[in-house]
Amino acid sequence: MIQLYNVTKIYPSGVKALTDVTLRVHKGEFVFLVGPSGAGKSTITKLIYREEFPTRGQVIFNGKNVIRMRQREVPYLRRAMGMVFQDFRLLPQKTVFENVAFAMEVVGSSGRDIKKTVPKVLNMVGLTKKADVFPGHLSGGEQQRVSVARAIVNNPVLIIADEPTGNLDPETSWDLMNLFLNINKRGTTVIMITHARDIVDAMKKRVVEMAGGQIVRDEKEGTYRYEA
Amino acid sequence: MRLRTVRYYFCETIQSILRNSWLSVASVGVVAVSLMILGSSLLLVINASNMAANLESSVEMSLFLKDKSTSAQIKDLEDKLKAMPDVAQVEFVSKQRALEEMKKNFGDKKDILAGLEEKNPLPDAFRIKTRTVEQVAPLARQLEGLAQVDQVRYGQGVVEKMLAFSRWIRVAGLVTMVLLGVAAVFLIATTIRLSVFSRRKEIGIMKFIGATNWFVRFPFLLEGMFLGLAGSLLAVAAIYFGYFTLIGNIQVSLPFMQLVSDRDLIITLMERLLLLGLVIGAAGSMISMRKFLKA
Repeated sequence: MIQLYNVTKIYPSGVKALTDVTLRVHKGEFVFLVGPSGAGKSTITKLIYREEFPTRGQVIFNGKNVIRMRQREVPYLRRAMGMVFQDFRLLPQKTVFENVAFAMEVVGSSGRDIKKTVPKVLNMVGLTKKADVFPGHLSGGEQQRVSVARAIVNNPVLIIADEPTGNLDPETSWDLMNLFLNINKRGTTVIMITHARDIVDAMKKRVVEMAGGQIVRDEKEGTYRYEA
Repeated sequence: MRLRTVRYYFCETIQSILRNSWLSVASVGVVAVSLMILGSSLLLVINASNMAANLESSVEMSLFLKDKSTSAQIKDLEDKLKAMPDVAQVEFVSKQRALEEMKKNFGDKKDILAGLEEKNPLPDAFRIKTRTVEQVAPLARQLEGLAQVDQVRYGQGVVEKMLAFSRWIRVAGLVTMVLLGVAAVFLIATTIRLSVFSRRKEIGIMKFIGATNWFVRFPFLLEGMFLGLAGSLLAVAAIYFGYFTLIGNIQVSLPFMQLVSDRDLIITLMERLLLLGLVIGAAGSMISMRKFLKA
């Protein structure tokens, strides 16, 4: 589903983030991207949702060349993906319900669809009771659940999670991980950047380890391992 | 467009205006002032051309003939005048008629003129109207050269001054309007830029959710148009009431000044001003968004 061919990325500042990286991710996979800071993990995800262009190489998503895509097609590329970030990125002046509904409004869903779908998704992430609360009144774990709900509400084929548990305590992290596992079981591909060693070790999923802008290890049912 | 989306756009717009209320007020003010100046100068131009047109229809020149002209010569001259393309109307005023008119003007004191019938000192004359007011001066010069013509008289100077005045107003109004219009566009651009900046996080979120550029832009465009429209509404209200108050006062104190008071014309002008306000607002927001929302 995702193919990166010989991708090199040099930022305008001169920093070489990726060197000749080739990576394939198949539909339905659950992939951990691990490695020290600055290894190029985030750059890979940014190339997939076309926040950045590669300096050299090709990026293919669902059979489409992401690099050659026209600017006005980019929103539709992103609608096929759900993004979850370490800092949640919720809209503080909107309630939980409205934050999730907003993702549907953006893609032009009808009011009836929104009223039907959002409660289902909130139920799935266990936030039915908090629907009318503002993000500021939620714990970190709850806020991250809202952003997961927002990421999946439009039924994306891919979830990109950039350190989703980075700001959460271990127990909350596990709850969230189970949520991602459930989403993955429904057939959604998940690419997750993480530093949570015990979670990676316990889940036995594919692990891609990066260092210095290159892939140094790619294992099915891998472990975290990297020494920092 | 879905109703829900429309409601979203309007809520966003209003929130944004409230958030930057001071700058919004400033933008509205500048639009209002520039359109007020534009509107007033347009009214001035309209009135100046109207007065020029009035003068035009009342300005006629008198062509006084030499005393010894024979009636054949006069007839000849009349035909010649009527054949001229610039001449709209020719009327022959004989000595006798001129005297009668004069008597009429003197009214009760017509006795002063008694006895003049015997030896009428007034010359025969033609009254000539031209098609446009611009033709008066050159035609007068041309006619002065004719054989039977003694003297040509018209409101020398007045007409030219009127025309120059209305031309001057037009140019000055246009220059002020363009300058203020540009200022208004850029002030609105600044307001919108601030509101884009204060919401850059939201915009980022919208973009990774997959919002199209137009979905992101539209509330800002609406905000700019709203500011422009509010400014032009202020201007239109001020001009409308100001102008009709002026007309009322002038009709009392200076009844000979005929201002244009055709409401349809004024309302058309006001509509144009409102439209211009909208355009200024839209232009301002497009300028600031071109920079911010490229990707």
